[in-house]
Amino acid sequence: MHRDGDRYKTFSRRSIILFGGKIFLLSGLAGRMYYLQVVEGEKYKTLADENRISLKLLAPKRGRILDRFGRPMAVNQQNYRVLLIPENTNDIDFSMAQLGKIIPIDKHDVQRAKREIKRRRRFLPIILRENMAWNDVARIEVNAAEMPGITIDVGESRYYPNGIEAASVLGYVSGVSEKDLTGDPLLELPGFRIGKAGMEKVHDLALRGKSGTSQVEVNAFGRVIRELERREGLPGAEAWLAIDMELQKFVTKRLGGEAAAAVVMDVHTGEVLTLASTPSFDPNAFNRGLSQAEWKALASNPRAPLNNKAIAGQYAPGSTFKMVVALAALEKGVITPKSQFFCTGELELGDSTFHCWKKTGHGTMDMVSAITQSCDVYFYEIAKRTGIDRISAMARRLGLGQILDIELAGERKGLMPTRAWKKKVKRVSWQQGETLLAGIGQGFILTTPLQLAVMTSRLVNGGKAVVPHLTRQILPFDAADPTAPDVPEFETIGIHPPHLDLMKKAMAAVSNSPYGTAYRSRIKEPGFQLGGKTGTVQVRRISKAEREVGVKKNKDLEWRERDHALFVGYAPIKSPRYAVSVVVEHGGGGSSTAAPIAKDIMLEVQRRDPSRGQAKAKAADDQNSLKTEKVKKG
Amino acid sequence: MALSPFQQSNMSVGQRLWQINWSFVLLLGVTASVGFGMLYSAANGSFDPWASRQMIRFSAGILIMLVVAVIDIHVWLRYAYAFYVVSLALLVVVEFGGSVGMGAQRWIDLGVFTIQPSELMKISIILLLARYFYASRLEDVGRISHVFVPLILLAIPAILVLRQPDLGTTILLVATGVVMLFLAGVRIWVFVAGALATVGAVIPLWKFVLLDYQKQRLLTFIDPEKDPLGAGYHILQSKIALGSGGMFGKGFLEGSQSHLSFLPEKQTDFIFTMLAEEFGLVGGMALIGLYLLLLIYAFAISLRCRSQFGRLIGMGVSTSFFLNIFVNIAMVMGVVPVVGMPLPLISYGGTAMLSLMFSFGLLLCVYVHRDIQIGPGAADGN
Repeated sequence: MHRDGDRYKTFSRRSIILFGGKIFLLSGLAGRMYYLQVVEGEKYKTLADENRISLKLLAPKRGRILDRFGRPMAVNQQNYRVLLIPENTNDIDFSMAQLGKIIPIDKHDVQRAKREIKRRRRFLPIILRENMAWNDVARIEVNAAEMPGITIDVGESRYYPNGIEAASVLGYVSGVSEKDLTGDPLLELPGFRIGKAGMEKVHDLALRGKSGTSQVEVNAFGRVIRELERREGLPGAEAWLAIDMELQKFVTKRLGGEAAAAVVMDVHTGEVLTLASTPSFDPNAFNRGLSQAEWKALASNPRAPLNNKAIAGQYAPGSTFKMVVALAALEKGVITPKSQFFCTGELELGDSTFHCWKKTGHGTMDMVSAITQSCDVYFYEIAKRTGIDRISAMARRLGLGQILDIELAGERKGLMPTRAWKKKVKRVSWQQGETLLAGIGQGFILTTPLQLAVMTSRLVNGGKAVVPHLTRQILPFDAADPTAPDVPEFETIGIHPPHLDLMKKAMAAVSNSPYGTAYRSRIKEPGFQLGGKTGTVQVRRISKAEREVGVKKNKDLEWRERDHALFVGYAPIKSPRYAVSVVVEHGGGGSSTAAPIAKDIMLEVQRRDPSRGQAKAKAADDQNSLKTEKVKKG
Repeated sequence: MALSPFQQSNMSVGQRLWQINWSFVLLLGVTASVGFGMLYSAANGSFDPWASRQMIRFSAGILIMLVVAVIDIHVWLRYAYAFYVVSLALLVVVEFGGSVGMGAQRWIDLGVFTIQPSELMKISIILLLARYFYASRLEDVGRISHVFVPLILLAIPAILVLRQPDLGTTILLVATGVVMLFLAGVRIWVFVAGALATVGAVIPLWKFVLLDYQKQRLLTFIDPEKDPLGAGYHILQSKIALGSGGMFGKGFLEGSQSHLSFLPEKQTDFIFTMLAEEFGLVGGMALIGLYLLLLIYAFAISLRCRSQFGRLIGMGVSTSFFLNIFVNIAMVMGVVPVVGMPLPLISYGGTAMLSLMFSFGLLLCVYVHRDIQIGPGAADGN
């Protein structure tokens, strides 16, 4: 023991030092732990939550678009999708082959899916097919056991019940492209759709709604473990349009396969009941995604289905412009309503000859008869006396040659030439012959169907500067039924009322006088009669030589060379309420092609008139009676 | 003072078992149970695959410990060098034929089970140095020539383990060895000189010996936020998990960092983080408290022992145990680099558990033979 003494002393002294050192180090760890867990605990709690909690946006329901009676024009439909979750199957090829026995899947889709599978985590579903028909869904569900990894999921997608008929108004929704990104995180949701054209684009923000959020717990690999909190978003507002969907459908069908446009509007309120452009396209296809072939077919169609001709088609107004010329002449005082001219069938100016459409001439014409029979020589004469600048000024007051702000993108301005304009743009002086051409709505003048409808409205509504619009109201999704919006007060355009009455009278005669160019397309039902004006616009030049041989008939010409057919009209003639404009590209004659269409439209709109405003009540009654029936049955 | 029967080395096995410090064994059981609980949690509330196996290993470990404890301490003295030689041989075998696990050669696959020679070496070094110094007088130890041989015997396995490469175990080996030299009475100036030499050696070590991944670990340790998704990810996630536990933790099985896989290797190296996440500062301190109790026991056993051999073994075992605890906890808290070291008694792992229990067996053996005096020449069979 004593021999061990020194050694033991050293050992125990050094052991105590060592043990003290250990306690010191352990205290250091304890201090560090206190610092991490208590002093900085909150910071790390936040970091841990950021790790574990992932905020997911929930896409809000897109607001519906409804017509003036609340009939749905754009709705959300359940979208059945076939998904493949790679981790749930051992053999992806087998599962896809099994699915292929039930629904056709093309090779490209399989390849795309396989590429995605390689890129993404195995628990993330991959979309194989969207917008499945219900019976396919049912067949897949029944055979689910034989297709591991394949599931069906229900999403929502935009659906247009009458897409083709209303495409010109509605536009369409489609996927978000790079340049659409505004920083709104909603736009980055996979599969999110935004309005790309039409009212869908105009009211996109209102229709979009507010996104909800779902807080989910995720693990380090991003797999969702559970949902912690869910905050539903706010569905988008609903857009109530002035459009009458049934009328829009009727008009579109009536225009048929022609390259044509028609606008029907309320002459007092400016509400556009129909804005049709044919041929049309199916906006549902844009939502689904067009194939290369579909896109090519649309883009290369000579009748330009993607062009909204009602607002972007620019046409010479032809004889439908004659009321403008007449009003300008009356206002300047170069003629009176009683003034008469003699039509020989042509008018010479310098060394040019200007022909009337009636080779043999109309004989003595006053203003009403010149409009009724659409005498060209009469209007050459008064245009010459009035001058282009006054004619253009009058046209502008009536809504031509300007943007009318009909909400939709792509609206065109048309063209109302003046001397200054020609000097500036063409760098040559205005020729008097050009004024004569303007007198019959040809030459430089360009108008859109919408402008022509507005012009007609202003002619017959007492000279008020009515402005067209498509949207009645934007209402929250849960709002009560809309009240009829107030009729806006429009300023007068300052035309002497007797002059306007004269125009109405002349236009009434066009359709109702046996001499009128549209007499064959008159409405016979009492109280429904319409007034109007035909227009036929020459697309090609007719050479002197040809004139001598005999002008070719329209039906003998290539479609591309045929005349445009136009008609503007209003009804009823007693107290005008509706204005219509119809343009049929290369349709032949205004009286033979456009007037019958306009007549059918005006008859339809007036037939539907008495029910207007009561349609909703009637629909509600139907619903109630259905309910009572059910109760009775129960 | 009359000699009690226990001062003799001819105790029966029953007497030796009776002499075992059973409260220490109980404390080990309590600590290991904390580990079972954490492994149960690590498997998302399941005994499979870790907790159940760990229990079996611990039971086997207890058996080994008791066997080692009741073996006559003279046997350990006699075979200390042989034990070292065998361990060293195995290390050499690993160097040339070991299988590669976790990017490092560490294991020998014996078919039925694998052994990790570096774990054996941890015990061997303690036995070796205790054997070397057990009869040395203080004057002998004071001579530098006397220290030369043990330094070389320490350096050889250290270099072999470092080459595996296993930086953690190397540091542990060297540190344990140095501490034992210190306790044996080596002069202080030797350590000062050694420290200076180490600093001088670090530069060539950094340049020529350390592998890129080891350098990377050291570098990201200095600034883990520099590479939060790469090399620093583990430390950062560990700190987040630990820190977010707060004072009382998130509750058993409720550690989001652990259960959502943000925490790496939660059943092995980072198990302390998981404990601290689920039970907070209180839980972490409780475990450190248990460790401290075990260390106090080991300390008391060493001081109480009448033989230098036993004392050195006791302090050697407790120092190795302490270093294991300290490096692991300091590592998960971002105080020292991630060197890959399990938390004793808690982390999942067979070899580490068995070798630890072996070393506790030696500690208990020292306790059982606390009154036995071992004189010079005892190693040579009296």
